[in-house]
Amino acid sequence: MTAAPVPARARALSRWGGVLRDVMSRPSGAIGLTLVVFHVVLAIVSPWIVAYDYRAMDATLMLNGPSAAHWLGTDHLGRDVLTRTLMGGREALLVTGIATPIAVAWGGLLGIWFGLVGGRADEVLMRVVDAFLSLPWILKMLVLIVTFGTGIEVLIPTLAFFYGIPVIRIARAATHDVVARDFVSAARARGHGRLTIIRRELLPNVLDTLMVEGAMRWSWMLLAFSSLSFLGFGVSPPTPDWGLMIADARGFMSFAPSGVLAPVVALSSLIIGINLTADALAKALGLDRAQKAPV
Amino acid sequence: MSAPMIEIAGLSVGFTGRGGATLPVLRDIDLTVRPGESLGLVGESGSGKSTLALAAMGYLKRGLRRLGGSARFRGEDMFAKSRTELEAVRGGKLALIPQNSGQSLTPTLRIGAQLGEALRLHAGLPADQHRGRVLDLLGQVRLPDPEAIFDRFPHELSGGQQQRAAIAMALAGAPDALLLDEPTTGLDVTTQAHILELLRDLAAARGMAMVYVSHDLGAIARVCDRVAVMYAGEIVLQGSVRQVLKAPAHPYARGLLASIPRLSDPALPVALGGRPPAPGQAGAGCAFVDRCAIAEPRCRGEHPALAPLPTGDAVRCHFPDRAQMLPIAGQGSASDDTRGDAPVLTLNDLSISYARPGLFDRLLGRDAAAVPTVADVSLTVRRGETLGLVGESGSGKSTILKTVAGLLGAAGGEIRFEDTLLPRVVERRSPDQLRRIQLVFQNPDDSLNPRQTVAEILEQPLKLYFGLSGQALHDRSVAILDRVRLGAHYLDRLPGQLSGGEKQRVAIARAFAAEPDLVLCDEVTSALDVSVQAAVLDLLDDLKRSQGTTYIFVSHDLAVVRALSDRVAVLYQGRLCEIGPSARVYGLPSHPYTEVLLGAVLEPDPDIAPRLTADDVVELAPPARGCAFQRRCPRKLGSICETDTPPWRMGDGGHAVRCHIDLPDLAAVLEPSAG
Amino acid sequence: MLRMLLRRLFLGAVTVVIVSVIIFAGVEILPGDACTAFLEREAQGRLLENCREAQGLNRPAAERYLDWAASALRGDLGVSANGGVSIAELVGNRLKNSLLLAACALGVGVPLAIVLGVVTGLWRDRWIDLLFSTGAIFAMTIPEFVSATVLILVFSVWLGWLPGIVLTSAGAPASEFFPEILLPVIVLAMVMTAHILRMVRSSVIEVMAGDYVQMATLKGVPYWRIVFRHALPNALLPAINVVALTVAWLLGGVVVVEVVFNYPGLGRMMIDAISDRDLPVVQAIALIVATVYVVVNLTADLLTMVLNPRLRTHYMRQR
Repeated sequence: MTAAPVPARARALSRWGGVLRDVMSRPSGAIGLTLVVFHVVLAIVSPWIVAYDYRAMDATLMLNGPSAAHWLGTDHLGRDVLTRTLMGGREALLVTGIATPIAVAWGGLLGIWFGLVGGRADEVLMRVVDAFLSLPWILKMLVLIVTFGTGIEVLIPTLAFFYGIPVIRIARAATHDVVARDFVSAARARGHGRLTIIRRELLPNVLDTLMVEGAMRWSWMLLAFSSLSFLGFGVSPPTPDWGLMIADARGFMSFAPSGVLAPVVALSSLIIGINLTADALAKALGLDRAQKAPV
Repeated sequence: MSAPMIEIAGLSVGFTGRGGATLPVLRDIDLTVRPGESLGLVGESGSGKSTLALAAMGYLKRGLRRLGGSARFRGEDMFAKSRTELEAVRGGKLALIPQNSGQSLTPTLRIGAQLGEALRLHAGLPADQHRGRVLDLLGQVRLPDPEAIFDRFPHELSGGQQQRAAIAMALAGAPDALLLDEPTTGLDVTTQAHILELLRDLAAARGMAMVYVSHDLGAIARVCDRVAVMYAGEIVLQGSVRQVLKAPAHPYARGLLASIPRLSDPALPVALGGRPPAPGQAGAGCAFVDRCAIAEPRCRGEHPALAPLPTGDAVRCHFPDRAQMLPIAGQGSASDDTRGDAPVLTLNDLSISYARPGLFDRLLGRDAAAVPTVADVSLTVRRGETLGLVGESGSGKSTILKTVAGLLGAAGGEIRFEDTLLPRVVERRSPDQLRRIQLVFQNPDDSLNPRQTVAEILEQPLKLYFGLSGQALHDRSVAILDRVRLGAHYLDRLPGQLSGGEKQRVAIARAFAAEPDLVLCDEVTSALDVSVQAAVLDLLDDLKRSQGTTYIFVSHDLAVVRALSDRVAVLYQGRLCEIGPSARVYGLPSHPYTEVLLGAVLEPDPDIAPRLTADDVVELAPPARGCAFQRRCPRKLGSICETDTPPWRMGDGGHAVRCHIDLPDLAAVLEPSAG
Repeated sequence: MLRMLLRRLFLGAVTVVIVSVIIFAGVEILPGDACTAFLEREAQGRLLENCREAQGLNRPAAERYLDWAASALRGDLGVSANGGVSIAELVGNRLKNSLLLAACALGVGVPLAIVLGVVTGLWRDRWIDLLFSTGAIFAMTIPEFVSATVLILVFSVWLGWLPGIVLTSAGAPASEFFPEILLPVIVLAMVMTAHILRMVRSSVIEVMAGDYVQMATLKGVPYWRIVFRHALPNALLPAINVVALTVAWLLGGVVVVEVVFNYPGLGRMMIDAISDRDLPVVQAIALIVATVYVVVNLTADLLTMVLNPRLRTHYMRQR
């Protein structure tokens, strides 16, 4: 008779299990998630499966086309394009993989807090957020990178900081929707503290929005990361990176197109995979991602 | 007999469920409406009544499809018509008045343009006569100042005005038949009564046939000649309005009638247990079998046909004779008087103001609005009593409750709880003060966190106020659920897995988990079907008796308030008009506003007509001086009502009326105004 | 209404002021200043002191900020650290070129996006919707330097139809940028179209499922009249704000495209200035771009307010 109550954690997991099944049941989700998982696994195992050393130059093999030894040919320094393509996402995934959760966490929590508390501080914060958003991302990032260098110890906090700012706004808006509902009033009327209200009432309801937002931020961050590399402000050679590889191979693309196309396909498939997953996730959670503007 | 205007034959409509099975929403419907006749379609939410009305226009909502049968209008099957043919009929000879006009009028088009469009499509009138005709139609639906309304956008009208504009639009094509989909749901009582009178008059003057869909038997009683009662996608009873409302031959119809609280009856209504089967869940037998008091094995195995009765009705029941024995009026116990003398809550000159100056206003040195939303409210609630708070939308009744709960800060006056002054906002109140006052909200969909299980919902007050944990917490949760008549297996469900009534029980259980002295009920039954409402009222009464709780019960429904309250306070525009024991407030002498409200209530009885004594104008803000009701008062004396705040006139038993007219004069019955 | 206008203008101005503080502070905390950049290796000792004295860099930061902000208000953006040219002059041509690029991309992208958004919304889940919706995901997610590279490879290297790089100088009249500008316009228009298309599509779907469209159907209004008269005026209102954000993005975020195509716009100038540590130029560009962002969004808000009767009355009711 006295069935033991299901622990909250187990129930939350079962809900996300259902969401995962829903995502996988949609064509976009199935394709997207497969692509993402493929890239993540590849990034982890690639050092052990590649045939060449990514640094190994061979002056006799510069800009060769595909061959039995080098399936995708070689670049302008005679390095194996396949090897560098397979390994070219590691740095990007590492940096964005760490920076995304940090950005969503700090932006989300700040947005929820000010969405709940409101008042003068909230008005001021929103103006500051607006001000940051009005500056082009590349300017903000470049100023810091040019000054402090391009190591991951600079890139991760920089990306996490700037990409957390739009999350504040999203989380705040989502919080406003939840705060207007009676169960939050009920918790206030019972006399719960703000932290309890955030933890028990707000966070579980804003989490859906933050998950979708996180997926989007991840894709924007990858885009930013590879754009920086492309412009020469990101990963430093000889580390393989798709953005850098495209920049290097662009000059030779008329006679060695595979050197450009391989990283193009790799980078595009990862970003498209993330976006397809985000779309399917938003649909599975009953949110509409298309209403979001490109911030 | 003339040829039928609308003839629905063997119509079945359904949708494809998750598993790929076809789930019926309408099952084998036969229905006939003759010219000039008015048919009511009654049922609870999910019974298929709106789907049926729209199907009569050959329209099905996205996802629904016709499984069989036909819907004929003037002999032609609407489902066999082409898109162009349908466009010619819809809004022309067969017009719809929608449920929520506020959302059914296009927000970017002016009222004049939307009515003009209907004329252009259906009236065959030269374009230069459109404006005159539109103004004429706006006048016919008794909208004041048609010229001004013509140029307004829909959102600039009040709910009642929007509904009138929608009616005018439906009249543009000079229809032979009107379909009305809950046209007065969500409107204030006085507005509703006026709109129904208008519809009655229009139908009579134009000889239109009407199909009137409503869950409200009071409205049906007012406008319909015949009624069809729907249950789980079927018609279970059909007959004349008098027969169906006074001597229905189906157990469901009788249960439904018994669950309606009546203004004339201070007893609690009788609840109808259980809930209707979901689409596809009805078994081989009678769909009502699980809730029926006279069910027999035959009812489970054999589906009853809609069979004619000697009275001319048709009923879908194997035992219509025995059904006639079931009660149809509230025979629940009258609420006991458990009142003590000690005041639990006292409000002294409470005033509340919503307007708060923003940053920009402060920069420009502007002040908040001068006239507060709620002003000058003083009342006392004694231990063990139920105080009903009634009034139309905008009367400030919910605002007062939220202020007592500390969710809104009062602008002036004081709130006393027993002997102590209660701090205005929750943050300043002691845990014990918070525990002893609990609030139950209108809509459980909104007041229960969709991400928490019933167990988590109930644990919050138990942990917070009593520090319970482990087995003790679990045991107490089970005991509380039992008190609201829910089993322990509900503990690990999420709100989304409960019915509306069950959700509201959980919300009530959460409030009672705190073992409060005072429970504030904010329209707690408004979002529920009547049969469920009766069960919730019964539960509240039961809890009061066993726990000795004090209630403040806010509702716009005067009959519901009457059934539960010992004393009643009437509010208009945030000002108290009248307060006293229920029997006194509901009798004479009354405050003119109470009189208007009571006169507008619709009883589910075709022989009781409402008495309309004042216009249904909606006021946006209370007047700065004088009596709050001065602009609408049918008994207005003159300038004194505009300048002086009326005095309290004291009657017997603590009855008090705030009016410039003295009580003996207020006791004289006022003649209803025309229109 | 006027009150609302004033309020919005005031908030916009506050944002611009905050941006200017952020820009100034951001540059301030960086190691080095205009003098270190100008003198490079020789930046030490008395030479540096003299330079700072001459540039007024020894004064307190607050004073210099006010000075800078006041000059910027007058349209004087200072002088470049490299060569001492007036920044206003340097930026003028670049801004004009960026505006040309933005105008072309908008001219192509906005009408296309609206038409496709409406079409995909009305024919939801049909092949045409699947085609363009999927295409939009590709167009909006692939990095601009990737799509630019692929387009150059196809149209310039392989087919030889269009020039793959802009050789016209910054000061040339607009007409000389054709046909070189076409590929950059296509790249930008693709991304923009995708964003606006998705938003319009979902807005159209929402409105078409709404109560007033059902009511219009049951009033006998012909389908296309419902679409154009009842649905679209409501469905397209939210597009205004998205277009505004796109405009702001076009002016600031197209750095990559300008670099790829060697287009002499504001973005490339910004990259060059950052590489050269020409801080006054960086400050000026940042301020211009941020102001444009604020102004464009403000305009969109006001436009929405004027076109949406519901908002209009809402604001008029507020005294």
